[in-house]
Amino acid sequence: MAAAAPTHEVRNMLINIGPSHPAMHGVIRLITELDGEKVVKVQAEIGYLHRAFEKSAENSSWTQVMPYTDRLNYVSPLINNFGYCAAVEKLLGIEITERCKYIRVVMSEVSRITDHLTCIAASAMEMGAMTVFLYFMKAREFLYEIVEDVTGARLTISYGRIGGVKGDIPENLGEKLEGALKKVEKELYEVDRLLTRNRIWVDRTRDIGILTREDAVSFSVTGPMARASGINYDVRKAHPYLVYDRMDFDVPLGEKGDNYDRYLVRMEEMRQSIRIIRQAMREMPGGPVTVDALESFDLVDKAKMGRTTGLVNVLTTVEPTLSGMERPFHDRVMPQDRRVVLPSKDDTYSNIEGLMNHFKLIMDYHGIRPPQGDTYFAVEAANGELGFYVVSDGKDRPYRVRVRPPCFFNMAVLHKLLEGYMVADIVATFGSINMIAGELDR
Amino acid sequence: MSSATPEGPGFITTKLEQAVGWARKFSIFQYPFVTACCGMEYMSSGASHYDFDRFGAGLPRFSPRQADVLFVVGTISHKIAPILRMVYDQMCEPKWVIAFGVCTCTGGFYDNYATVQGIDTIIPVDIYIPGCPPRPEAVLDGLMKLQTRIQNQKQAL
Repeated sequence: MAAAAPTHEVRNMLINIGPSHPAMHGVIRLITELDGEKVVKVQAEIGYLHRAFEKSAENSSWTQVMPYTDRLNYVSPLINNFGYCAAVEKLLGIEITERCKYIRVVMSEVSRITDHLTCIAASAMEMGAMTVFLYFMKAREFLYEIVEDVTGARLTISYGRIGGVKGDIPENLGEKLEGALKKVEKELYEVDRLLTRNRIWVDRTRDIGILTREDAVSFSVTGPMARASGINYDVRKAHPYLVYDRMDFDVPLGEKGDNYDRYLVRMEEMRQSIRIIRQAMREMPGGPVTVDALESFDLVDKAKMGRTTGLVNVLTTVEPTLSGMERPFHDRVMPQDRRVVLPSKDDTYSNIEGLMNHFKLIMDYHGIRPPQGDTYFAVEAANGELGFYVVSDGKDRPYRVRVRPPCFFNMAVLHKLLEGYMVADIVATFGSINMIAGELDR
Repeated sequence: MSSATPEGPGFITTKLEQAVGWARKFSIFQYPFVTACCGMEYMSSGASHYDFDRFGAGLPRFSPRQADVLFVVGTISHKIAPILRMVYDQMCEPKWVIAFGVCTCTGGFYDNYATVQGIDTIIPVDIYIPGCPPRPEAVLDGLMKLQTRIQNQKQAL
């Protein structure tokens, strides 16, 4: 039968999804054009959580930027902290201590697990698997307890410091962490049993939202999303930072780049992170956690005695603690780098050198002053390559802090993942992307 | 009714009001308007460790028409402020608002061009839960305060 000429105009339907939508964790607006139930076109509107991170950073001292970085990707704040610290340290030319590197690795991986847990939990919940949500939130809570033990806060931790971390980890952390990891592993196993071969889950994720290798490359997608499409790029392997080159871990790769692959990659990455944490805890050396851990009164005492051989030879430009001393002693002391890390509170309150050091770092227009120049440093955040491009004009405030948020690129490719599929797949696909508005809109 | 004595006819009215208050405070249907970091603690508060289902507030409704309490969770920027106002306007009386997190209370440390300096500049707020983000314990405390408020207020019947 020949098709009758349409007697009425046929148009696609425009549907607005978001920015406050039950199945959209995170504020984003999708303007979708539908042909029946099929998605023809998607336009994503972002910017609902723009909080002026980059502008605020320009009005804060180098240290004060830290709390803002917590709130970029608030699901894994520790990685953001360390990424920013590493960028500034690169600008300053500081090498952090071994112990600090291990602490940063352990805490980064804990953060990565919480991020992936949240991502899978939320996307499963949006597809109706409430049990998975509750199980994974429980697992995340065990890790938050660890984070709280180490940093003092659950979420917005501001644990990183330029030149180190805020403080050493508690003595008994090893056992507690192991206990928490065991519990997390149990939850992973349970959710694996619940989801991986679950008919509904597989039907809703397999062959849905396929991101091809080519698209992933041309849209600069990184992280689990790119790896699910088969691109072997992990900053931890490609450009090892901290002590990742000493860690033995695998980078899971997907084949198709569909939602199911992204889910599997995230699940496997959590297991690999647990592996890394165990290795790092085992190999963690003792010693100081910040670049200049020597107390200033110690330093002065040693200098007065002329016992300077044991001191680390670090070139310094500012040495407030030794002003007023005899010249010969000056030359013989190899003072530690005191440009960046605050002296301990004991030191600040008990001797003048520590107090001066403290104020030189705290006062406006003094503070940390990296040399003029710019640098880029990238870490592997939970969503991909998180880069900080920092520019210094030699003052106590950043001239510019630019973030390369992994989510931004994931969102840029979103339309490719949604177009051609059904309306109901929008929820499944969007959940697997793990959009975090904080780092997307900054 | 206002001239009620304990023995008089007003006695039942007062009890009814209390009973309604009791029923309302334990059947809170909330609309989570989640935008930012506080959402993580909101999820924690809702999940099994802290579980605000114990307080009868376990069921999020994502339709403003079905919700009693608007949880405003996370930073409200100027771009999303009209949407928040729209959601609030669509909710049916009686309705309450919880400002969850310091960004919603005062703008928090986002004192800049992009952020609304406290949602009470656009909608009325019943309970403020400060903290950046507030711990789940603080959230439960705020929820209990809201329950007290619901119990003690004049009930629109």
